[in-house]
Amino acid sequence: MSEAIYTAANITKAFGGLIAVDDVSFDIPEGSIVSIIGPNGAGKTTFFNILTGLYKPTSGRLEFMGKNVTRERPDEITAAGVARTFQNIRLFGTMTATENVMVGEHSRMRTGLIGSILRIPRVRREEDDVRERAHEMLEYVGLERDLHDLISIQLSYGDQRRIEVARALASNPKLLLLDEPTAGMNPNESERFKEFMQKVRKDRNLTILLIEHDMKVVMGVSERITVLDHGQKVAEGDPQEVRENPRVIEAYLGKQAA
Amino acid sequence: MSTISNAVTPIRTTFDENKWMRVGFYALLLVLVVVFPFFFPETDSKVDVATTALAYVVMALGLNIVVGFAGLLDLGYVAFYALGALTAGWLGSSFVYGANNSKGIHFGVSGNLDKVAGIHMNYLVIFICAAIVCAIAGMLIGLPTLRLRGDYIAIVTLAFGEIVYRFALNGDEIKFGNQQLTNGSQGITPVDPVNFGIGDPFNQLNLRPWYWTILGMVLLVLFVNFRLRDSRQGRAWIAIREDEVAAASMGVPLVKTKLMAYATGAAFGGMAGAFLASYTNTVNADQFQFAFSIFILAMIILGGLGSIWGVVLGAILLQLVNRYLIPDVLNDKAQQWFNFDLTQLSFSIFGFILVLVMLIRPEGLLPEKRRKMELREGVGTGETEASGLIEVQA
Repeated sequence: MSEAIYTAANITKAFGGLIAVDDVSFDIPEGSIVSIIGPNGAGKTTFFNILTGLYKPTSGRLEFMGKNVTRERPDEITAAGVARTFQNIRLFGTMTATENVMVGEHSRMRTGLIGSILRIPRVRREEDDVRERAHEMLEYVGLERDLHDLISIQLSYGDQRRIEVARALASNPKLLLLDEPTAGMNPNESERFKEFMQKVRKDRNLTILLIEHDMKVVMGVSERITVLDHGQKVAEGDPQEVRENPRVIEAYLGKQAA
Repeated sequence: MSTISNAVTPIRTTFDENKWMRVGFYALLLVLVVVFPFFFPETDSKVDVATTALAYVVMALGLNIVVGFAGLLDLGYVAFYALGALTAGWLGSSFVYGANNSKGIHFGVSGNLDKVAGIHMNYLVIFICAAIVCAIAGMLIGLPTLRLRGDYIAIVTLAFGEIVYRFALNGDEIKFGNQQLTNGSQGITPVDPVNFGIGDPFNQLNLRPWYWTILGMVLLVLFVNFRLRDSRQGRAWIAIREDEVAAASMGVPLVKTKLMAYATGAAFGGMAGAFLASYTNTVNADQFQFAFSIFILAMIILGGLGSIWGVVLGAILLQLVNRYLIPDVLNDKAQQWFNFDLTQLSFSIFGFILVLVMLIRPEGLLPEKRRKMELREGVGTGETEASGLIEVQA
């Protein structure tokens, strides 16, 4: 397996007395598709939020592409090359689809306050480029051109999911974190999304980390799966190993079933 | 998900698409506002009202950046009026009497101003200094609010406005040698009339130059507002207004972006404050009370939060209510029939107007298209939802 692009070492996150993530160590090999699964309340999203800098870990160390990012802010981590989507779609509701994606490019742009006011040719060019790239990105995720300039909240649920992925891709990430991307999709759409993940990884040289409840998606697409339960890592391995691991079955179905 | 909607309406209208229609409309509007004072005598009260109204437009547009664009509720905006006015008082009057051994410091002033004691600067310098002082103050007020959300920001900014007011009020007790910091409620007066080093300083016998000066400032501020709104910076502001967590995750640096909003908004307040100090010829602490913050805030709510033209309209309308409707129209009747002075109640009238706006047209008179959609079609920015989510989901 290739080298780790993101390493989380002994991550613990406590909210007061509640330990949401308990001493979890975790590697994401570069170029892979890796999944985190676990029952509700297992600490998956908390762990995601730690990886993207929204939460600071109580203890532990994060390393992205060889650089210590444990104390970095979310925008710094995004600029370094980590992008994400959210479990409950969090688009900027009153912006158009295009503008949403343009915000995703924020960290790639250089224009400052004065530049924005004066709008010198360089700024104008950058703005045009970013807009053009946003359109391309939206087409790439499958949003038709005539929908690009509509307010994002007017679009269908599936389209909103697409915009979220486009917005995440706009920052040109090395690592893409998807939080339950197929939630609310029918089996057909899930299947297509699986193919899309494979394609985007290949096209853009991406590494993908996935939180997912749909086992068909997880088993079909992941090279490695990590199972969390009550904030602890209970199993790790390829889909086959995880499927047969008694602790995983216990976590999902209870002790007797195991 | 209840957000699926079939009503897909484009955000742009014919007016936005047709360039010549737009250019023609704005050119006509510009000509009208420029020639406006020629319709009245040089000291006509209508020009006076228009001049103060335009000064409030500048302030309201500044506050609109903070509240309307970036969504940071600022209840202490009067602080920047105060600091801008004080800057004009310090740099453009005989208040700092001992400066340069009472011979005075002068820079680029016209008329007799270069023969008087005190500091007398060209008004370009004063406007720029006022903007800088307020931008720095804006960032200082912003710093303690950075970790806060929503209502809590309002409380901190409210306190900051009150602190500046108290300083202005009691500044006559704060002395550096013989020099007081402010002149308290007696006011620093006279303040130099606006002058740019060429021609005579402005005077109260001809209000037209004052009007054109503040009109120029309005145009500048409008330009900055439009440019910023449709830029990387403006998108970042709207993004943090809509969803801070998502914005940060998309690479928008929260601290820098918010401080930028505070600084820009404050700078405009300072410029307008310096102008008003000169126009009213005094820097009096009693002008800097909390009620003024609400007055400006009411303008942008009336016009439509985040909507640039709405804010302009709101500021003008509210000033008309303040200077015409209440004292001239309504007060006549109030005194005739009930024998009381309605001007004492002007703030309850503003309050009443705000309640009406909230009930009838919560998006304001000239709403921004986005904001209207948010309020009418239930597009949630959901501050509570947004902050709650991140804690709840696991």
